[in-house]
Amino acid sequence: MRNKWVKRSIYIAILLAIFVGYPWYNIANPADATVARGLMPENVIKYGQDHLVLWGAAILVATAIGVAAGILISRPQFRFVAPVVVNIANIGQTVPSIGVLAIFMGLLGMGFSTAVFALIVYGILPILRNTYAGMITISPGIIEASRGMGMTPYSILRRIELPLALPVITAGIRTSSVMIVGAATLATFIAAGGLGAIIVTGLSVMRDQLFYTGAVMAASLAILLDYILWIIEEEAQA
Amino acid sequence: MVIKLENLTKIFQPGDAPAVDNLTLEVDEGDTCVLVGPSGCGKTTTMKMVNRLIEPTDGKIYVENEDVSKKNPIQLRLNIGYVIQEIGLFPHMSIAENIATVPRELRWPKQKIQERVDELLSMVGLDPELFRNRRPSDLSGGQRQRIGVARALSADPPLMLMDEPFGALDPITRSYLQNEFLRIQEKIKKTIIFVTHDIDEAIKMGTKIAIMREGKLVQYATPDELLSAPADEFVVNLIGGNYSIKRLHLIRVEEILKEPFTVSPEDSLDEAKEVMEKSQLELVLAVNGEKHLEGLVTPSSLRKEGERVGDVMDTPDLTVDSGATLNDALSVMLTNGEGYALVVGDENRLQGVVTLNAIMEALQDNEK
Amino acid sequence: MELLYSMGHYFMLAASSNPQEGEPWFFEPFFAYLVRRWDRILVMTLEHFELILVATAIAIAIGVTVGVIISYYEPIAYPVINVTQVLMTIPSIAMIAMLIPLFGIGFNNGVAALVLYMLLPLVRNTYTGIREIEPAVLESAKGMGMSELRVLTKIKLPLALPVIMAGIRVAVVLGVGIGAIAAYIGAGGLGSLIFNGIERVNYPMIWTGAIFISIIAIVLDLILGWGEKRLYRY
Repeated sequence: MRNKWVKRSIYIAILLAIFVGYPWYNIANPADATVARGLMPENVIKYGQDHLVLWGAAILVATAIGVAAGILISRPQFRFVAPVVVNIANIGQTVPSIGVLAIFMGLLGMGFSTAVFALIVYGILPILRNTYAGMITISPGIIEASRGMGMTPYSILRRIELPLALPVITAGIRTSSVMIVGAATLATFIAAGGLGAIIVTGLSVMRDQLFYTGAVMAASLAILLDYILWIIEEEAQA
Repeated sequence: MVIKLENLTKIFQPGDAPAVDNLTLEVDEGDTCVLVGPSGCGKTTTMKMVNRLIEPTDGKIYVENEDVSKKNPIQLRLNIGYVIQEIGLFPHMSIAENIATVPRELRWPKQKIQERVDELLSMVGLDPELFRNRRPSDLSGGQRQRIGVARALSADPPLMLMDEPFGALDPITRSYLQNEFLRIQEKIKKTIIFVTHDIDEAIKMGTKIAIMREGKLVQYATPDELLSAPADEFVVNLIGGNYSIKRLHLIRVEEILKEPFTVSPEDSLDEAKEVMEKSQLELVLAVNGEKHLEGLVTPSSLRKEGERVGDVMDTPDLTVDSGATLNDALSVMLTNGEGYALVVGDENRLQGVVTLNAIMEALQDNEK
Repeated sequence: MELLYSMGHYFMLAASSNPQEGEPWFFEPFFAYLVRRWDRILVMTLEHFELILVATAIAIAIGVTVGVIISYYEPIAYPVINVTQVLMTIPSIAMIAMLIPLFGIGFNNGVAALVLYMLLPLVRNTYTGIREIEPAVLESAKGMGMSELRVLTKIKLPLALPVIMAGIRVAVVLGVGIGAIAAYIGAGGLGSLIFNGIERVNYPMIWTGAIFISIIAIVLDLILGWGEKRLYRY
């Protein structure tokens, strides 16, 4: 028990150390003036912040919408639309992340809020699909037993259906989170900042120290966030 | 709690044959009404209309003279216990939480819920300390079914609906739980509607049996009437002939108990010999002061070395509980190749002996 | 609020059939672009396929081999699968950047990145596919005197094939999407349309790239799904 948390803390500490230490070292030891310009501390911090805000806002809103919509289409009254919605979600999922960002740029113009909006839409799909799948795979006998005992529809949802579907829903949230962190790295293409900016700048001026810094930060952050969600998922199931 | 079904009809799809067809039925207070018939005869549909899981197409249901269609379905269901096969337990909740489902809906105070859960666990024969915090997946089929019964009884509803509650169990566990439930029912005296496709179970559990076929009521009678005067060929086939053997399910061992010849473990072997000569059974039972069954003395045990009965007595097997039927007693005798079975009540208290002769006499009496 | 307003504005434009009220923004320019540049689109589609094909072939070779190996060495199975899982969470543009020192810029880098992403479904499915075979089947094969190599090639792999196929399907669909990003470092394919479209603010170009990639993914998914179902026959 203790052991488990010690291991988890060590893992998180290592990832945090990479996420902070690697750029720190490169900021302190730039190879030339171009790298130094690309790695101005306030910019690096700003991009990191952007990235976290993009991810946080998108995953929160996508979870809220995705879970709500998933519950809605699993209700008997709306179940007839479910196949359509799930199919649209599946098709939407095949559009590449950069394509989603670009399409929303066409609709809403460039900028941070467009990126948030695109990431939300992109992130809803797996959550919606998993919520729905988690709901409809609950054995009908269990639902009928709870109805037969006189539980209200709200109690059944809160006490029976959501807890039973929770593992599937959290798996969906994790998938969505990975997708959003990855897509947030591309937000820079529509002028929304994020850690991708450091990589793209580095690639365009061909300074490997620069794009390496961005890549390592983006990768370690993505792994860290996924790991934290994994811990939440594990604890929720226990 | 009187239940009346009046001209009850259910048609699922327009044009389909009715699943329940103009059914009229009255269940009296404290009765166990068993709906029995082949699958698709409408028995489960009928039961689910009582707690409005299914709405009737036509006809009325009155519970205590109140039309259920005019009641709030949630309120209605909270006052009706509902037991289904073990799949109905919530896998993500502990046993205590499962049992507390209805009290929680009724917003009972925590303390009261806890006490009730423990009370019910003891009532169905499970140690609260051991079982309270387990999950349904940790339990055997029989234990799960006990929890199902306890959960239905949680808010002490006057009416219970039981849908094949023992259907998923192996025959031995089933018979055991049936007996136990009969014993509980003797104390709590609920009005019960019980659905099964097993006519033996119907005869054993029911005070009234409603035989259904293709949505219609074929016969509604007490088990005794059913066996002595089946309404038609269908009922005869369902009962499956051999009434004497069916009667074994009907008569409880309590009705034909013989007073046992007993000694105390402290008595000497000579005293035991004396008692045995008086009995025609070559069997003497050792009981302590509170009639708890301690041991069994047979002629062969008397031949053993020893001074007191307690030294030579055998461990008593061949026991059935007081709610058991003649069928249960007979099967114990047959498996052990002996002509008697011991009947024990709560806390292993000896109540009497059932012999093979007594069973045969009881069946002959009944034939008349 | 501003967001909603501008979105509504765009949808109104899209709905209006009268060109005087606003510039047509979707269907007309989109189809005009398709007709004008069909040759270039075709080349890029083929490039995209080439990228996926090469990457899938390499990924299957590596992934199935690794899956088979870890099915023999149980203790390393979960660590290996966990590593492939971590690889999958790395943002694609970061992955591509980190591969530059090894593979430079261009097609090879794109293939390498795709292979790394495809490993998880392939390794995991090969492993579980082999693990889930009835022990009795393997025992009887061994009992009949088959060598371990023959058990592997004649019993294990054929029986695990449907599960491996499902992994291939997931890997391919994944690769089609990530292939779009590889275009940024010159690996070619339809992703170039999206990146160029963003740069030139050319929406028909963006839509073409996005829609064609999506169609390729759907078509490959359907074909592989059909193949998977056929494998499940027995």
